Amino acid sequence: MASKTRSPSPIPPPTPATPPPEELLRLYRSMLLIRRFEEKAGQLYGMGLINGFCHLYIGQEAVVAGMQAMAGPADSCITSYRDHAHMLACGLDPKGVMAELTGRSGGYSRGKGGSMHMFSREHRFYGGHGIVGAQVPLGIGLGFAHQYRNDGGVAHVYLGDGAVNQGQVYESFNMAALWKLPVVFVIENNLYAMGTASARHAAGDELCARGAAYGIPGERIDGMNVLSVRSAAARALAYARAGAGPFILEMMTYRYRGHSMSDPAKYRSKEEVSNMREHHDPIDRLRQILQDQGVIDEAGLKEIDRTIKASVAAAADFAQASPEPAASELWTDVLSEA
Amino acid sequence: MPIEILMPALSPTMREGRLARWLKAEGDAVKSGDALAEIETDKATMELESIEDGILGRILVPAETDGVAVNTPLALLLVDGETLPDANAAPPSPQPAPPPAAAPAAPVAVSAALPAAPLATHRQTVREALRDAMAEEMRRDPDVFLLGEEVGQYQGAYKISQGLLDEFGPKRVVDTPITEMGFTGLACGAAFTGLKPIVEFMTFNFSLQAIDHILNSAAKTRYMSGGQLSCPIVFRGPNGAAARVGAQHSQDFSSWYAHCPGLKVVAPWSAADAKGLLKTAIRDPNPVVVLENELLYGQTFDVPDDPDFVIPFGQAEIVQSGRDITLVAWSRMVQVALDAAQTLKAEGIEAEVINLRSLRPLDIDTLVASVQKTNRILTVEEGWPVAGLAAEIAAQIVERAFDWLDAPPSRVCGADVPLPYAANLEHLALPQPDTVAAAARTLCNRTSEGGA
Repeated sequence: MASKTRSPSPIPPPTPATPPPEELLRLYRSMLLIRRFEEKAGQLYGMGLINGFCHLYIGQEAVVAGMQAMAGPADSCITSYRDHAHMLACGLDPKGVMAELTGRSGGYSRGKGGSMHMFSREHRFYGGHGIVGAQVPLGIGLGFAHQYRNDGGVAHVYLGDGAVNQGQVYESFNMAALWKLPVVFVIENNLYAMGTASARHAAGDELCARGAAYGIPGERIDGMNVLSVRSAAARALAYARAGAGPFILEMMTYRYRGHSMSDPAKYRSKEEVSNMREHHDPIDRLRQILQDQGVIDEAGLKEIDRTIKASVAAAADFAQASPEPAASELWTDVLSEA
Repeated sequence: MPIEILMPALSPTMREGRLARWLKAEGDAVKSGDALAEIETDKATMELESIEDGILGRILVPAETDGVAVNTPLALLLVDGETLPDANAAPPSPQPAPPPAAAPAAPVAVSAALPAAPLATHRQTVREALRDAMAEEMRRDPDVFLLGEEVGQYQGAYKISQGLLDEFGPKRVVDTPITEMGFTGLACGAAFTGLKPIVEFMTFNFSLQAIDHILNSAAKTRYMSGGQLSCPIVFRGPNGAAARVGAQHSQDFSSWYAHCPGLKVVAPWSAADAKGLLKTAIRDPNPVVVLENELLYGQTFDVPDDPDFVIPFGQAEIVQSGRDITLVAWSRMVQVALDAAQTLKAEGIEAEVINLRSLRPLDIDTLVASVQKTNRILTVEEGWPVAGLAAEIAAQIVERAFDWLDAPPSRVCGADVPLPYAANLEHLALPQPDTVAAAARTLCNRTSEGGA
């Protein structure tokens, strides 16, 4: 999982300064919120309060937390169906996200979208898309809009290692490179496209090289290390923001849970999973850094944990207390008033 | 015998063209492949090449002649030392002489039977009306932009976007790669942010490559987001059969898109429809599918002068009033229905012809009111019958106007086969005025032409 630059960048990357203590703590809180939120979502699913598809991000927290730490004020974000973490990292309220998971009127989509379909124009989070790969052309459309409006924003377009085999991804690479759209493609490579290991579905070694034919630079990053993610994000976002065109970051990561709640994950060994949890966990790694650098003491960490647990518990309470959408909601929001 | 150089057909739908200028003069020696003249069609300017070595003996159609029908002799080519026949001799060919330069050969194809209204109008082709609709809306709203294959430098594969690149520049008239799924997804993403893309499909047949984004990204997002995120976008282009372009380029998608909540679907027939409906589509905050028809692009109609002329969705137009049977049609089939109505009128059957214009929402009230008057309804649909829009109309009429019906609600549809290439089979596969008239006669209990 060593970092490796595929193509030289024409723009010198900004020096990845060691983040100041307050930012290290922000990253830690961001990852921990995602972890605790997803654990709670798993519990509520087990209790029958969440149904349908539910894809948890546990293990992959460093990717979106590190990317979002470097996001600019006008940046936009779009991803696939494993999307709860992206919403939290973009600043959406955990209550509204959890209430959408329970299908209640207090959810971001008033209960009509579900786990895979939440949006917030306020936070420039554009979903939450259930068709593998479809968010990629939509995402370059966000980049097109940034360029059209010249607003200085970059579109963060997330896709999994499974999506990289979809044809529309390459249609998007082509147009994004041709028109130098401000886009960073973030490939969350958790090694399994649902149950099919990378070696069984993806030709070639590195997914970060998939843009080479279009002249899109790519880097493979240790996506279990939030500081590596953060510095890669700084490089890629600066490149795209400067008008040099799109950039690909392949984040090597790992999901501890199955593809979705109904996946027993028998395609990989227990040893493989426990090795990742014990030796590569992104939250443990950052906690170690915080302690080694004396940023925070044990009591401080406990306080953070307590605060986050409380906010997740409040979200779960809200998600259960919020009423189901009114029957009349069946017929609303199909069309906008012309 | 000198060789006659004939007006060529330069596209599947070309019936006539303009002889813009001669590139050779009488008496010039020409080689096979030399450009002799420039021919302008409604789509493009192309060069007419010599098919033999020889001498350009006589020019029969002067430069700057409009409306020259395909196969009209344009010039005589002298080969193998031939000499020109006596200038005063009889024409060298039994074919009729070409039309004089001053008189356009082809009159206006169709006369739009717009309801008598005090609107000032001008004559315009459907093609020009579509372009004007886009240009006016792009001037009005800087968030509107056009993208698609060949919309910019090429001026549109069917010349719909002629002049738009010059006026609005490449930022707002975007030539895309041939990548329907990609550019449709891109446009939907841009629309999520509030931009208002017009996506041109070179034909709607290619929208199949992009249908995931039309349905899953454009049509469903507003609902899935609880009303937070809209997708103000227009998908437009020619739909249905053109002329002899085979099955993969000839499908009618009316019922496909009309099936889907979250979309609005319109299908203009006249130039006024084209302008009024496209302007409404561009201003609409929802995804709108505008199903045009290539065969209508060159046809001329009256179009209101008012730059704010728009046609609201969900309002059908009674093109011709009648008391005996209701003929419902949209897009090119309106003309087929009008032609059938003309035949029927001579037999004493007065058909009411309704131009649906809007497929979703469907103006069922106008159809019900018509059936309450005529007691019979026949829908003419270019597309396939199974699960088609005509079937939907029949179902709704049965639900809403059963007691007024004197005959089963019926339909004339495209044949339930992929569209064939052969001219005779293609003709047989599509609704024609005579098949529509025959079906109408049956519904009116008339067994044959003129019979009672």
